[in-house]
Amino acid sequence: MGLIVEAIITGLLTGGVYALMASGLTLVFGVMDIINIGQGALVILGAYLSYVLEQNLHIDLFVGLLITMPFMFVLGVLIELLFIRPIRRDRTMFSILVTFGVALIIEGVLNLIFSADYVQLHAWYITASFPVAGFYLSYIYVFGFLLAVVLLGVLYLLLYRTKFGHSLRATMQNRTAAELVGIDVERVSAITFGIGVALAAAGGMAFGATTSFNANSAYDLISRLLAIIIFGGMGSLQGALIASLGMLVIEDVTSVVWSPVWASTVFFILLVVILLIRPQGLLGQVGGRKQ
Amino acid sequence: MRIFKTVGLLVLLALAIGFPLLFPNPAVTTIAVFTLLFVVATTGWNIFSGYTGYIALGHAAYFGVGAYTLAILCQDWHIPGGYIPFLLVPVAGLVAAAAGAALGWIALRVRRHTFVVITIAMFFILQLLAYNLTGLTNGSIGLGLPIPNWSSDAFSTQLEQLLVGLQWVTPGDWNGIFFNIPFYYVTLAVLLVAIAISWWVRHSKYGLGLLAIRDDEDRALGLGVKAGPSKLAAFVISALIVGMVGAIWAYFIESIYPFSAFDATFDVAIALMAFLGGLGTIAGPVLGALLLEPTQQYFTLQYGQSGFYLVIYGALFLVVILLLPQGVVPTLRARWARFQVARSQQQETGVTITPIPKQDRPARVERKEEINL
Repeated sequence: MGLIVEAIITGLLTGGVYALMASGLTLVFGVMDIINIGQGALVILGAYLSYVLEQNLHIDLFVGLLITMPFMFVLGVLIELLFIRPIRRDRTMFSILVTFGVALIIEGVLNLIFSADYVQLHAWYITASFPVAGFYLSYIYVFGFLLAVVLLGVLYLLLYRTKFGHSLRATMQNRTAAELVGIDVERVSAITFGIGVALAAAGGMAFGATTSFNANSAYDLISRLLAIIIFGGMGSLQGALIASLGMLVIEDVTSVVWSPVWASTVFFILLVVILLIRPQGLLGQVGGRKQ
Repeated sequence: MRIFKTVGLLVLLALAIGFPLLFPNPAVTTIAVFTLLFVVATTGWNIFSGYTGYIALGHAAYFGVGAYTLAILCQDWHIPGGYIPFLLVPVAGLVAAAAGAALGWIALRVRRHTFVVITIAMFFILQLLAYNLTGLTNGSIGLGLPIPNWSSDAFSTQLEQLLVGLQWVTPGDWNGIFFNIPFYYVTLAVLLVAIAISWWVRHSKYGLGLLAIRDDEDRALGLGVKAGPSKLAAFVISALIVGMVGAIWAYFIESIYPFSAFDATFDVAIALMAFLGGLGTIAGPVLGALLLEPTQQYFTLQYGQSGFYLVIYGALFLVVILLLPQGVVPTLRARWARFQVARSQQQETGVTITPIPKQDRPARVERKEEINL
């Protein structure tokens, strides 16, 4: 029983980190109608950036985010300008292929620089732990979760309390109408993509602090992130949140009561079952918005 | 015009048949076998994705199912290396097709991008199964396949005597040279079948229905195209072909692992080849694979499976998609058509008329995902 409680707690805490990465993905989809297959690679890139800052400049992981997040934001805007915007025909389909290409390049560059060896981030709060409900929990799980809560809170304020947020949600609801009332949807798209990538950087730091990774970890990550956003309903932030917490709890509980090797399989099978009943995911909309 | 085309195709076929005898160097024929395998896989993928416009990025799943089926059958039935595993290739294809039928039925309930994402997710499910069903797949240790020993083979000996008699090859090298040859011809045979199927689909009423689905699925439904069964049938056909490729590939490289049989770059590779050549054409995927696979093999040989090769591959991918979204074959065909129009006008009137500017396709109205219930 104690093990199951432990699994649920760690599942919820890591689920918050996944929510961070998945919210970037689903936000970009909601606004731009594109799927960023490169999100997994960008998360790993964010983790490596934190690793470089920590190893070479001895900058604390959380302080380092003040550098990596703006950097990744700019990178995201550049990717949008250079590769997504030129797509003229059938954006949704082609964006998948283009971002896959971007992911391959990132993976290749990371492989060249860091080789295929697994690395892990280091900090006192990763090694230190504290007792809770009969087991020891590393501080990083709590810190990572708090980071996710703070960033998602900021994202919420940005979306619902600022003028840019209004433009963004207007673009999400109806791109053409948003353009008609004078919103620069291209600019909104670029900034949204940047935000999504910046969130990947933060998620990457928290991911790299709890798991050892190399460039190939991107495949595993993107499959989970895609599963999460389909499960929650594409374009729905709340859906992504619920799905990431749900997925990680299910995984952790499965690995305790059954076997770790089946943990992610159970989630994927559940995903297929959900899609059979609700093809649009938990909170996805039937038919979607009108153009 | 028709005669040129027929003669050209016959010359190509003769070249394809004679290739391993013209270039007997094992290094060359190895690349040729890999290239042919990709030509078949891309052709098979194109039958579904090219004709229906549904981009499936998870066909490595069926490749892997085919590979594992052959490996498991050979292991359980204690089949020695030789020609018999080739006879099991269609069986492996059928198993892959059955998997494709089940997974395709689920995936095809949704459209467009959700479909793409689901195919990717399904690919990862099967890869995880290959890791986890250790009783069947041996997990990450992988499975070995029987190693063919052609040296005592009657056909091999006769061919050797013939070619040595012609002083085309030296007798000592023969075993190395012959090793790839059965794989080459079996793959070529499967390729011819795949192209025949692709041609038939493209020129049949059934294929017309698929193209209608690509252009406007709702309208096609309204016109009486049975969209659901048509898409599923195309999906199963392509899974069958890709599964057979996986089986031949597994027998060729002799040992398979979950990450090599279920390879995410395979998904991208065949999509890229089809896009480069021209999605939805018959010659396009063949051309794309013929151009890209030897390039890829060259880079792998030159730089190993390292990051550099991934960077080049990704960059190539971006260039092709952004600069040549129509693919080589449709672009050339449009050029040729405009050239012909210009020439015939010149002949008729004796004056040069500037070619008609290329008309861009009318912007498609983008639609948000519609659920096909």
